[in-house]
Amino acid sequence: MLMLSRVAENLYWMARYIERAEDTARLINVSSHLMLDMPYRQPLGWAAMVDITGGAEVFETLYDEPNDRNVVQFLCADRRYSGSILSALAQARENLRTTRDVVPREVWEEINQLYMTASAHADAGLGPGRRERFLKLVIRGCQTLIGLIEGTLSYGGSRTFMMLGRQLERADMITRIIDVRSANLLQRDSDEIRPFEHLQWMSVLKSLTAYQMYRQHVRCRVRATDVLRFLVQDSLFPRSVSRSLKDSIRALRSLPRHERALATATLVLADVAEADVRALVRSPEALHDFIDVLQQGFAELHTAIARTYFPTLDDLGDGELLAASDQA
Amino acid sequence: MSHVDWQQYDCAGFYDELVATPGMPREAAKMLCDVLAGFAPDELEERKNAAEIAIRTMGITFTVYSEGSMIDRAWPFDIVPRIIPADEWRRTEAGLKQRVEALNLFIDDLYHDQKVVKDGVLPAAVLEQSVNFRPQCVGIDPPHGVWAHICGSDLVRGGDGTVYVLEDNLRIPSGVSYMLENRNVTKRVLPELFASGKIHPVDDYVPQLYDMLAGMSPRHWDDPQVVVLTPGIYNSAYYEHAYLAQQMGVQLVQGPDLLVDDDDVVYMRTVQGLTRVDVIYRRVDDAFLDPEAFRKDSVLGVPGLMRAWRSGKVALANAPGAGVADDKVVYAFVPKLIKYYLDQEALLPNVPSYLCMLEEDRRYVLEHLHELVVKPANESGGYGMLMGPQASQAERDAFARLIQENPRNYMAQPMLNLSTTPTLFDGRPEPRHVDLRPFILSGQDGAYVTTGGLTRVALVKGSLVVNSSQGGGSKDTWIVETGED
Repeated sequence: MLMLSRVAENLYWMARYIERAEDTARLINVSSHLMLDMPYRQPLGWAAMVDITGGAEVFETLYDEPNDRNVVQFLCADRRYSGSILSALAQARENLRTTRDVVPREVWEEINQLYMTASAHADAGLGPGRRERFLKLVIRGCQTLIGLIEGTLSYGGSRTFMMLGRQLERADMITRIIDVRSANLLQRDSDEIRPFEHLQWMSVLKSLTAYQMYRQHVRCRVRATDVLRFLVQDSLFPRSVSRSLKDSIRALRSLPRHERALATATLVLADVAEADVRALVRSPEALHDFIDVLQQGFAELHTAIARTYFPTLDDLGDGELLAASDQA
Repeated sequence: MSHVDWQQYDCAGFYDELVATPGMPREAAKMLCDVLAGFAPDELEERKNAAEIAIRTMGITFTVYSEGSMIDRAWPFDIVPRIIPADEWRRTEAGLKQRVEALNLFIDDLYHDQKVVKDGVLPAAVLEQSVNFRPQCVGIDPPHGVWAHICGSDLVRGGDGTVYVLEDNLRIPSGVSYMLENRNVTKRVLPELFASGKIHPVDDYVPQLYDMLAGMSPRHWDDPQVVVLTPGIYNSAYYEHAYLAQQMGVQLVQGPDLLVDDDDVVYMRTVQGLTRVDVIYRRVDDAFLDPEAFRKDSVLGVPGLMRAWRSGKVALANAPGAGVADDKVVYAFVPKLIKYYLDQEALLPNVPSYLCMLEEDRRYVLEHLHELVVKPANESGGYGMLMGPQASQAERDAFARLIQENPRNYMAQPMLNLSTTPTLFDGRPEPRHVDLRPFILSGQDGAYVTTGGLTRVALVKGSLVVNSSQGGGSKDTWIVETGED
């Protein structure tokens, strides 16, 4: 069955934006809870969450102070910031709008509904009392969408590209959370932070909905090495970097012309598998560099997928045309 | 609310499609009228609700622009079908085939020798001032000599029962998906009536369309690559584009999905790589089709598409330039064109027309604006018209000025006593004016006409405007076998 490049790209981005909205919602929810448990004047704060989503520069131009209210508004509902939950949902919806005839009708209806409900809720205000309901609504909506896709869409191109988008976004988000949070947690010169280290690593796990699965898997006290190993290398937990890459690789195998993208994904997976987690935990710099390598790998994987499968409107080289003529 | 009582149905001096005189349904409509009269009032209401639910769940929509944003609206539909006796329809069908055959010969002639002008049948001025004549198409030989592969002709019935052709849509006529969906809804809502076996089915259209398109392929092989080219979701007919692509099992593409290489071959960008395209059912206007050949600013089209078409590497339906015959001034000449090309009398009459470019006609039009409908030559969708009897004096004066400034662009017709058909309001049938748009396919195996067509109905009492963009609705259309068998 032929699949248009434009359709593949739209579905890939749709899935990425849905995953982004959900992950951001989980992150804010868990961080809000954690903040309540932290001692007054703790250096760890709302600014770190802006850093995780990579929106620090935009935030500074729009708001004065990275306080509770501003950060939540910025990350949840600010349509001027393309990384906010509402922006992500809007972009997911726009991506599906032009390709809605390739997915079951309910998927389109659900995404439409989710965007409208979330917008209405956010417009009515996101004060502390209403915040959790908004975040839960988003998480649940995104999960419903994934469930609908899983349960109603035939195995084939559409599903494959949504899988790729979802897994790549997820892997990217996991590494961002680890990067920003560990910068705080692994600094050993501060005595004050130690008592809360345990709590904070728990929050990292919780923001990835990993706490329970982690406890089943690692029965001892929550420790940095185990948490990192679980989030990066565990091959059974659906929100580990390793699992995301493996799912991406499986999806790529079902596509034609997958050689370059598959090779790229396999190389990143090798970096993940070979990482010496014990050493990384001892050195914040080493961990940061490692995360950098992974993020570069994800970017290369995205580029490989885009160059192979998505429309290239501006730089269509002769090479591609020649390849096509050979085929015809 | 009460039972449907046909004695109470008064079509007030108009020709009614279903009811000859109060209480007396026409023969082909008898079965339907009896069934409707036999319904308890709440049952009729239930059927009506069932139709609304079916339309919502089937997602039958059309798109309208309102204050800068686009809205998907549920398709306005009336459950009482419009009925045409099969023997009458066979004559109409023959007339439509004849008409489209002549129109295709005419278009082909205009882009080649223009014998019709040289022989004095069509005034040179008509051609010279045609906005839809495409010099880029001169000398091209499309497959089978066909330019207008898909034609939608609008038919109306006058007060004496005569069926007239009102206009021919040869550019990118739409509505056929609604014709098919109307039948699907009606089958759900009035299933008992279909058991008689006297209602002709309509669903042969999509296979016929696909076969016709596939038959145009420049590569002669079993599996030609056919695509539907849409301007995108903001187009009012996007629903239909997606529907036809899905029903034919072909790709729905937009301009940027396609490219033309140096060998003049058209490719689409797919996950598998570039894939050659053989036939494009394009639902994009000529002017936007190829920025290399037409409007440079078009982002809807495909650069180089005309080049590919001219060199015969891809087939386009309808052919660019076919719109030259979709002109309300050319329309007035169609009976003469039928005579000229086929040496036959037109089987279906035109509505009497006055051409403002002819001095005598223009004088008549200007003196009788209050009783005429004035139409611009190249608008569709009912836009830019003057309905003389209903217009204000200021509107009529404004139109008089327009006509004098650009006489070639206007023609006028008498206000027709459009026929009516029963339409439900508050559980009672009331007469509403209707027209009919059948679709005619022309390909290598000759012509095919839809069984009936799309019946459009003016839902506002007394209104003659049937366009869905302007408050019209639609109905299922039944071609019904009459007489004993």
